[in-house]
Amino acid sequence: MADEVKLLSLLGSPNVCRVEIALKLKGINYESIPQDLVNKSADLLKYNPVHKKVPVLLHNGKPISESLVIIEYIDDVWKGVPVLPQDPYEKAQARFWAKFIDDKCTPAILKAFGMEGEQDATEANGQLQYLENELNVKGKKFFGGDSINLVDISASFLAFWVGAIEEASGIQLVTKDKFPKLTKWCDDFVNCQAVKDSLPPREALVAFFKGRFGN
Amino acid sequence: MAKESEIKLLGTIASSYVNRVQFALNLKSINYEYIEEDLANKSKLLFTSNPVYKRVPVLIHGDKSICESQVILEYLDDIQPDSHPLLPPAPLDRANCRFWASYIDTKFFPLYDEMRRTRRQAGKEAIKEQMIEATRLLEEALIKSSNGKAYFGGDEIGFLDVMLGSCIRWMKFIDDLNDFDTFDEVRVPELGKWAKNISSHEALKSATPDKETLDVFFAGANAHRPPYDD
Repeated sequence: MADEVKLLSLLGSPNVCRVEIALKLKGINYESIPQDLVNKSADLLKYNPVHKKVPVLLHNGKPISESLVIIEYIDDVWKGVPVLPQDPYEKAQARFWAKFIDDKCTPAILKAFGMEGEQDATEANGQLQYLENELNVKGKKFFGGDSINLVDISASFLAFWVGAIEEASGIQLVTKDKFPKLTKWCDDFVNCQAVKDSLPPREALVAFFKGRFGN
Repeated sequence: MAKESEIKLLGTIASSYVNRVQFALNLKSINYEYIEEDLANKSKLLFTSNPVYKRVPVLIHGDKSICESQVILEYLDDIQPDSHPLLPPAPLDRANCRFWASYIDTKFFPLYDEMRRTRRQAGKEAIKEQMIEATRLLEEALIKSSNGKAYFGGDEIGFLDVMLGSCIRWMKFIDDLNDFDTFDEVRVPELGKWAKNISSHEALKSATPDKETLDVFFAGANAHRPPYDD
């Protein structure tokens, strides 16, 4: 029986983008079904009743929610081009950094742009330094080494959305002199084919954020 | 089988996240050396093994350190897959476990610290409503996942049993101070039965702090992250 893969999606959502990168990396054919988050569809409410959010992956009708959970599921089912390392310790490290990005990094970044509470970049500078150090220590192009892995994919927001927000707000966060390795990583990451094919158009993103900052 | 000298666990006896790892180590019969950390006076070992968060639990395996309780649980499953596996084999079931694990740690368990820090009754009542909704969802999840058996993992204790079971003691402590019963058998009959059942399991009992320990921990929490000025 042929696999039926659908993705309840939203253009411009970084978490949806993460899942699309993983799917494209593994060459999985899927149908993207864009959602209206203001008037939520019956399907969205049925397949993600707990959070009512995207992304939701539907594999032969079975729903999986939460982007990192979805990516681990994809890695479990489709074995080609693994996004998680094989070695248990390396795997644990990858999961640690992916969680760090979601729990600490992204909220701090939002705060740095004043998008969550009072504008303050102190925390973000600290958290980004950990990522900068990690790249330094690894000494490779990506967090995953020579090719992207779960950690790189988890940091999609940092790689692409942050640049757009910087342009829209006029606030600089990830500068070359503060974060040389991270800045290079952003460029390398967005140039990967699977990533390029999954990212939303930059101008549209900048325009969206310009609206948010009233520029 | 990992040698005792090979595995160390940095922890504090009152932390639910540390208890979680101890529960898993006990289930898998993994010998380990337990090192109690004084969180008011953090050790050099804690700073070097967990430089990002500087918190417990930290699992030290040889010269490697693994941080964050859920990450540690998955690591233990990866190094000892045949000894009481925590995650089920089927990808969809694994995804279900990870989904609810994320829910427990990002939506449900944080409510208890919120409750601790909230002074006003109106605020507390609002949090109770969220707890009621969360336990309603977990009751449904338990019924689906257990297939009529005793645990989220079915006949055997599984990933979610460990993730949630380790939180019961602290939840009950906060409940008692706030006239609430998270695992009320009238409101959530299956979850209530499950909580009683798992709390008496040897592998968890030995990893569970007593009230005196929790009193001290609670006082420390109030000092370190005090109640809100509302």
